[in-house]
Amino acid sequence: MNPATPGYVLLEDGSRFDGILCGDPGSAVGEVVFNTAMTGYQEAVTDPSYAGQIITFTYPMVGNYGVSREAMESGRAHARGVIMRDARNGDDAASAEGGWLDWLGANGVKAITGVNTRALVRHIRDKGAMRGAILAAAVSHAEGAGLVDGEPRMAGSDFASRVSPDEPIEFDGDGPHVVALDTGIKSSITDQLCRRGCRVTLLPSSSGAQQVLDRDPDLIFLANGPGDPAAVAGVVETISELVGKRPMVGICLGHQLLCRAVGLETFKLPFGHRGSNHPVKDLETGVIEITSQNHGFAVVGPDGARKVEGDEPVRWQTDVGEAVLSHINLYDRTVEGLRLPDAGAMTVQHHPEAGPGPRDSRHLFDRFIELAS
Amino acid sequence: MPRRDDISKIMLIGSGPIVIGQAAEFDYSGVQACKVLLEEGYEVVLVNSNPATIMTDPEFATSTYVEPLLPGPVAAIIEKERPDALLPTLGGQTALNLAMDLSADGTLEKYGVELIGANREAITRAEDREVFRRVMNEAQIRIPWSITVESVEAALESLDSGDATLPAIIRPAFTMGGQGGGIAETRDELVDVVGKGIAASPIGQVLVEESVIGWGEFELEVMRDHNDNVVIICSIENVDPMGVHTGDSITVAPAQSLTDPVYQSLRDIAIKVIRVVGVETGGSNVQFAVNPADGEIAVIEMNPRVSRSSALASKATGFPIAKMAAKLAVGYALEEIPNDITRATPAAFEPTIDYVVTKIPRFAFEKFPGADHRLSTYMQSVGEIMSIGRTFRQSFAKALASRELDANTPVPESDAGLLDEITVPTPERIDLIMAGLARGVPVEEIHERTHIDLWFLRELALLATEGDGSDGAELIYNSVDTCAAEFEARTPYYYSSHEAPGSPSEVRRGDRPSVVILGAGPNRIGQGIEFDYCCVHAAMTVRDCGRDAVMVNCNPETVSTDYDTSDRLYFEPLTIEHVLAVCEQEKPDGVIVQFGGQTPLKLAQGLKDAGIPLLGTPVEAIDAAEDRGKFGALIDRLGIKPPPYGSAMSADEAVEVAERVGYPLLVRPSFVLGGRAMEICYSREDLDAYLEQNVKASPDHPLLLDRFLENAIEVDVDALCDGEEVCIGGIMQHVEEAGVHSGDSACVIPPMSIGDEMLDEIREATSAIALELGVIGLINIQFAIAEGGLYVIEANPRASRTVPFVSKAVGSPLAKLATRIMLGGKIADLEMPQANGSHVSVKEAVLPFARFQGADSVLGPEMKSTGEVIGIGPDFPTAFGKAQAAAGVELPGGGTVFISVTDTDKPAATQLAARFHDLGFNVVSTGGTAQAISRMGVPVETVNKIAEGSPHVVDLIEEGRCDLVINTPTGSGARADGYEIRSTAVRHGIPGLTTMTGASAAVRAIIALQKGPGDVYSLQELHAG
Repeated sequence: MNPATPGYVLLEDGSRFDGILCGDPGSAVGEVVFNTAMTGYQEAVTDPSYAGQIITFTYPMVGNYGVSREAMESGRAHARGVIMRDARNGDDAASAEGGWLDWLGANGVKAITGVNTRALVRHIRDKGAMRGAILAAAVSHAEGAGLVDGEPRMAGSDFASRVSPDEPIEFDGDGPHVVALDTGIKSSITDQLCRRGCRVTLLPSSSGAQQVLDRDPDLIFLANGPGDPAAVAGVVETISELVGKRPMVGICLGHQLLCRAVGLETFKLPFGHRGSNHPVKDLETGVIEITSQNHGFAVVGPDGARKVEGDEPVRWQTDVGEAVLSHINLYDRTVEGLRLPDAGAMTVQHHPEAGPGPRDSRHLFDRFIELAS
Repeated sequence: MPRRDDISKIMLIGSGPIVIGQAAEFDYSGVQACKVLLEEGYEVVLVNSNPATIMTDPEFATSTYVEPLLPGPVAAIIEKERPDALLPTLGGQTALNLAMDLSADGTLEKYGVELIGANREAITRAEDREVFRRVMNEAQIRIPWSITVESVEAALESLDSGDATLPAIIRPAFTMGGQGGGIAETRDELVDVVGKGIAASPIGQVLVEESVIGWGEFELEVMRDHNDNVVIICSIENVDPMGVHTGDSITVAPAQSLTDPVYQSLRDIAIKVIRVVGVETGGSNVQFAVNPADGEIAVIEMNPRVSRSSALASKATGFPIAKMAAKLAVGYALEEIPNDITRATPAAFEPTIDYVVTKIPRFAFEKFPGADHRLSTYMQSVGEIMSIGRTFRQSFAKALASRELDANTPVPESDAGLLDEITVPTPERIDLIMAGLARGVPVEEIHERTHIDLWFLRELALLATEGDGSDGAELIYNSVDTCAAEFEARTPYYYSSHEAPGSPSEVRRGDRPSVVILGAGPNRIGQGIEFDYCCVHAAMTVRDCGRDAVMVNCNPETVSTDYDTSDRLYFEPLTIEHVLAVCEQEKPDGVIVQFGGQTPLKLAQGLKDAGIPLLGTPVEAIDAAEDRGKFGALIDRLGIKPPPYGSAMSADEAVEVAERVGYPLLVRPSFVLGGRAMEICYSREDLDAYLEQNVKASPDHPLLLDRFLENAIEVDVDALCDGEEVCIGGIMQHVEEAGVHSGDSACVIPPMSIGDEMLDEIREATSAIALELGVIGLINIQFAIAEGGLYVIEANPRASRTVPFVSKAVGSPLAKLATRIMLGGKIADLEMPQANGSHVSVKEAVLPFARFQGADSVLGPEMKSTGEVIGIGPDFPTAFGKAQAAAGVELPGGGTVFISVTDTDKPAATQLAARFHDLGFNVVSTGGTAQAISRMGVPVETVNKIAEGSPHVVDLIEEGRCDLVINTPTGSGARADGYEIRSTAVRHGIPGLTTMTGASAAVRAIIALQKGPGDVYSLQELHAG
């Protein structure tokens, strides 16, 4: 590591949190969010859903077991920066192929350690997620504030198209053919599909409906991804053309996009859900699963309500018939999943693939595949 | 499903006396359960033989029975109370085993009592090694190979057939803390350890299993509700790898070295384990070994109940496992229970934390000369501390500071010597590692010797060389909130953290005046749960008096560190630096140092010097009581005698003083608790030996020499004083004669054989001393009655170990009254204890000798007991018998008694032998004692002393031909035979008595036992009017 360079985190409301720079030198600007998981730092940073964001890890010791190819959720780092309390660069763990800070540096991720992340998180929790920057101490407050102001707000930002592949990517399999609109799919998702024998094709998110149908999918998959679902109008349009034509499932951003495509609204959560401990109740079985979460927006429930009271699988109308509430978040009672029986579609807001986080919901992939048959 | 309405009365079983492996954590969990069940509107029938528990305070149950935790008495309580359900999962292994006994013998079925929390089948699946192995195999969960054997021969056969390999681990079935287990690396060790394990197991069964020594050790705390929802509350990583019992290991939460996939695999397996074992509701603990090389995972064991680890996990995360377990047991689902801390979210979630928690065990090997210091797979620690820090280094530094060690570990000068020493796990190993790292011993070399994960060693190296990273940072207080700040914490549970300057503190200090109560720190012999009991009472009273109670303590096993106990809890080391920082934050009206034993008393002067007001007895009075010269002058003014005494600043002076004072002598260093390094010297030779072996006398550390009053009756008095008036709380007569530490001696309220005149003299002397010292609060005075005269042995102007016992015996909460006095109350205005009713209460000490291989079981002036029990009855023999039974000393109703005593005890021994003969016992004895008994006309079988060759007395005990051993040690130190006799008896679980007074009380108790079981009484009945 280079000699300690003092730095700070500056938020758009002027709050400042001091620390020591590490990782890739230079300034990072983005939406500052926090993740409460205690493991899975490399998975988080390589999750395309974090594009445009700076992740604050609430767990203070980050980097304990180094980095490895196995932990990559995509081909590269997507978060712009990471904010930590006590970062580590060791690679002693048997599974480690390198040190965390070296890896951040090599992957262009700006990082800062020694920050009172708890104070920062409490601030975001109270005031909401906001834009901010990781800056060297040499950068003046005014200069930093200018950088932060120059960054577009997350609401209204389309990051999904930026993380989508330019060309289709194919994975062989003997089972149903799953065609995904790749708005930033995590490799754990493709992995779960492939493990179940699916043949998987990832298409650029700009693909039109016909291009999807030309692939003759048994199941259309709407991937996770970054940014505001309302800003991805093109994909929503494609989905509305496809919905009902083939069975369709969505995860996270995919869930939001499908909901928008059938006439449901999305809204920005005050500080999002990011972590590995959120309880989600499956209203069909009554089972509570501890889930991996990473989203800043959510879908409204019946009558446009942001919170759903009661644990009933309530039904309400969409453009393609009834929606049936299938999952609910027990922390803030937001919509976590629904079925569109008339359209042969189901979606969840959380991450059943885990990677990182609990695997309680992985069985949902079996339900997804059932839809295809 | 919400609360069950088909049951209305629930029995809860506590864990009994504090023993190694089962300590105050079960008072913490029991108190939580009692509170919850009462709040839910159930009648609670509580059984626990340990008077020093908060749970046995009458307000925590509808009916409280301080009766022996044995099937007989508990069945009698069930017959009397007719509970609908029995909740067995909150009182440790004791409660679980007892519930299994009551289920097996048909009692539960007979009275229609339902086991809730865990049923008999689930308990069997988790606890019976063979069944557990089968269940795990069926579920395809990897466990180390293992075989169950019930004989040494069977173990050897498996070794020969290749079913077993060495090294192997031996674990006895149905024991807690791995008692009686160990590691065998050779064939001979296998024979030895398997034999011991079979003896230790109540069902004579041990598991011999694959050694995974050196693998990483992890634990997950799991909760399940009746809807089959399962959550993980906490992961714990042991710094000491497999091979050291988790209770003896330094542990850290959450797990530090696991990647997300490996952690998730542990999580998945833990969930599967609780499901296949079938714990229906509540908490369990699943232990894992993880091969650091390839991440291979094996399940080691699971506890189908709340445990020491779950108490730690509760304190570490803020998630109250026992409270939730009680709610789940009566029908609630996790999603129906709000998270205590956020109040906005449900308990169906997994806590996530944004700090690091360290636990370090506390040992007591110095109390047991001759005991092997090596740590192994059975637990030997007597207490623990926990610390919370924002980083690993901050956490670990605080943990080291919290230990309150009496002595520094000598560090070998050469690196080679140091590396050799750390190869074997011992209590001192961590200090040696830190010393080695500080002087640059490479982490790789330490890793090679210890298998401690390199991540930990690199952190420790940073700590040893660069400190905890707090330079230039500011000390603030953060909340423990279960959710890493995602939601606002409503619960005032804090820890200090060094953060970048300008960081905000989270303490929400209202406008009410506050009182800081300093806890007792880690449990240790001499300073245990009794002091926590007093601290909790202080907190309750401070709250009742309209002030905020602020608790500072670092012991995770306690009720005092439950965030419900006080208005604000600071989980901090009890060092002057940390306590002053809390005072700076709190600006309290005052600090209470009287209730936490020596730990807070040691801080009193420092607090006073810093201008912090102390409540109650002033520092000067504490000093006047502890300083021999000042105290001698004080009682001299009052016309009260001490035994002749002197003090010495050097070895030579000690010899001179000894001549003046006269032998026998009680010798000890000044300022000690629990009789550390205290010995009786009968001669110049004894004294020379003492001076050789123990602390060197110096002007800073004078040596105290007291005349030892032989055959004296010892008396303990706990009293309250408000500066103007004194109220006697209780006068306790010791059953053992003076010379046995008061903490190890049985004692009785009311006194059995002290005349009214002498009692008046004791009361007057107590009043005079308390008033002269200027005590505001509690004082404990020890007296000795010898040759018809009264002597003061010592006075402690603080809450004593006996306060909970006295409070239960007389039905008056002394610590609460003392707190009121410290807050300005007057005795005249308070409801003071009245004269007892007609019952007799006996306190008996519980001793840990069986835990320490090689330790002598003789009682002496150095305290050795870990806990205590109470026996209550209409008369002394009944109460004494109950106390013995509760303490695990099962007095036989008949059979063979072996008697061998020192010369001075021979007259008494012959009387005793006659009575045993009359009661139908066979009497066996050696040489001199046998002759003396025979001369009384009592038939006696003579057996060889060890030196006389086999078959000798030890063979007799080994062969199980002896049911009771009475053996008093000779004073001269020539004790080889006695030592062998006593330690063999301990190993075979045969009751042994080492004092004549104890033996004669036992005879009377046996007579009472022969008449049939005594009645059971609830405290509420006893103190009803």
